[in-house]
Amino acid sequence: MEQRIVTNRRPFSWKSFLLQWEWMLVLIFIGINIMNMSLSEYYWSFDSLRDATMTFLDKAFIVLPMVLIIILGDIDISVASIVALASVIMADLYTMGVPMPLAMLICLAVGTLCGFVNGLLIVKFKELSAVIVTLSTMIIYRGIAYIILEDQAAGKFPDWFSFLGWGYVGPVPFILIVFAVFAAAFILLLHKTTFGRRVYAMGNNITASRFSGVQVDKIKLIVFTLAGFMAAVTALFLTSRMGSTRPNVATGYELDVIAMVVLGGISTAGGKGKMIGAILAVFLIGFLRYGLGLVNVPAQMLLIILGLLLIVAVMIPKIKLGKQGRI
Amino acid sequence: MMPSGTKVKEVGTTMETTIVERKKQTFSGSVARFRELGLLGFILVLCTLVQLRNPSFLTLENVNDLMTNTAILSILAVGMMLVIVTRGIDLSIGATLALSGMIAALTVSKFPELHPLLAIVIGTAVGLACGIVLGFLVSRFGILPIIATLGMMNVFRGLTFMASGGKWVSAHQMPGSFKSIATGSILGVNTLIFIAIVTYIVFYYFISHTRTGRQIYAVGSNPESAKISGINNEKILWLVYSIMGGLSGLAGVLWVSKFASAQGDTAMGYELSVIAACVLGGVSIAGGSGKISGIILGSILLGILNNALPLINVSPFWQTGIQGSIILVAVIINALVKRGVDRNNLMRRKI
Repeated sequence: MEQRIVTNRRPFSWKSFLLQWEWMLVLIFIGINIMNMSLSEYYWSFDSLRDATMTFLDKAFIVLPMVLIIILGDIDISVASIVALASVIMADLYTMGVPMPLAMLICLAVGTLCGFVNGLLIVKFKELSAVIVTLSTMIIYRGIAYIILEDQAAGKFPDWFSFLGWGYVGPVPFILIVFAVFAAAFILLLHKTTFGRRVYAMGNNITASRFSGVQVDKIKLIVFTLAGFMAAVTALFLTSRMGSTRPNVATGYELDVIAMVVLGGISTAGGKGKMIGAILAVFLIGFLRYGLGLVNVPAQMLLIILGLLLIVAVMIPKIKLGKQGRI
Repeated sequence: MMPSGTKVKEVGTTMETTIVERKKQTFSGSVARFRELGLLGFILVLCTLVQLRNPSFLTLENVNDLMTNTAILSILAVGMMLVIVTRGIDLSIGATLALSGMIAALTVSKFPELHPLLAIVIGTAVGLACGIVLGFLVSRFGILPIIATLGMMNVFRGLTFMASGGKWVSAHQMPGSFKSIATGSILGVNTLIFIAIVTYIVFYYFISHTRTGRQIYAVGSNPESAKISGINNEKILWLVYSIMGGLSGLAGVLWVSKFASAQGDTAMGYELSVIAACVLGGVSIAGGSGKISGIILGSILLGILNNALPLINVSPFWQTGIQGSIILVAVIINALVKRGVDRNNLMRRKI
């Protein structure tokens, strides 16, 4: 009898490999770099590029868990407020005399707790969409930050704290190393573990996942808690870079983060996308901003560009899908 | 004889269940019925408490101030209700408001002879254009409303800064006729309040007595069956976002006229107050339900809170937190009430 070998992988084909959205991102990335080089002669040097990564990597930490959330088909717009709250609490505790390492730990704990509360509300009240839950917690967390610091700034951290945002290990920025570690961990988590496969399954069909024994509530809770934790990591690096903090830090980060995730090819309908795409998108938007900043494009213009980029990024897959549907 | 005997028994059990059901009308079920009454009661209690703490709360001047502030909020709440009824959300209205207010202000500062009515028309048209673009993105491309409005919020905000060159249009650049939009009165009522009332009457008629208005609710409560029954979902969505844009434009002109200054960051974050007013007024975030009477009360309650908190010496820094908590509590109560109603319906079905 003829034996058939059934593999659970599709056979490798160069065509489908090269037609991935991620290669498109690589092309755009190269295009942006060429454009930047022609715009400014100061752009293309190792030092300048290395320091550029330090300016935008802080928010990249939130991009990683946001990929999971959007693959689940949800959204979290409270992340920027979590950054602000965690950062403000850390600064406030430090000025009150709490030792810095402990304050940093508390910062991480506060972020994790905020994310946990988001997850808990979303899991307990299934009638409420993640949009409205995180919208209200977004206001609440930011509100608490304002209650703590009012409109003042807090800072004067110890000298070693600035190493997080400004330090180098050899020629490589410290923040880049930390990001690489986290990115590797998240790639493994999403693509190589059962947890990751379950996240995809839930994004495609949550009811079917529940009936096939996936603990959907638990996974959702973990993912939102992770987002809170990573927001706190962002808070550490951002605060270190700025040297002080205010309740209005990180305003608008949620837009940046969601734009990066969506540009990275993660479908807002859920269940589709790769971690590497979002990471590419982080660098793409980061270098675009840096290059345009070098030639003095006003911040408001960048706002418009970023908004349009988000819209275009979500529109492209729809157009492709529409054509397929017509055929 | 057996059949009739069983029949009697059956009737007996049904009666029993009906009686049990009457008794078991859950608390949340009755809350749903008297939601507006409860909200009204809460408003009255709140007013009494604030009045006891600070007697200057219920003076004619303060109430007038409160009502004119609430007028703009409530105009926006009408549009937001329609958007939320179709299961959407619009985060861009603060930016739309700023953009149309800015363009109207720039126009009147260039042409001081312009009739104020024309300024209102210009502002509304700008807002309408923003809404049409948004509606196009949401309805034709099926982009999630939150993503589309988040993106366009930044575009509109950026355009506002670009239009003004980062500068303010301040009171002395605006002609008196323009500023008098907010201070004048029609039939003895302040213009802002008058416009709000007219908006409410028009939209009350629109959503409860016209075919298109009812279709909005149909699309919200079940898009698939709405489509099957021949409703053009895309057109309805487009219409809803355009209305929202138009109303934001109108509100933008009124805002600029009231505060006599147009800035790049006008009404930053105001969309959250508007959403709060809708949610407080019982508009279900899951779509398909929401009443005009509810959002009037929701807006008034929010207006009272904004007005009263400074009067009873609550630090302005607490306001954001309080507002957020109110939204969260309101949506959770809505969810619990809905659970109760669903449970009631299930019990009614059990025969």
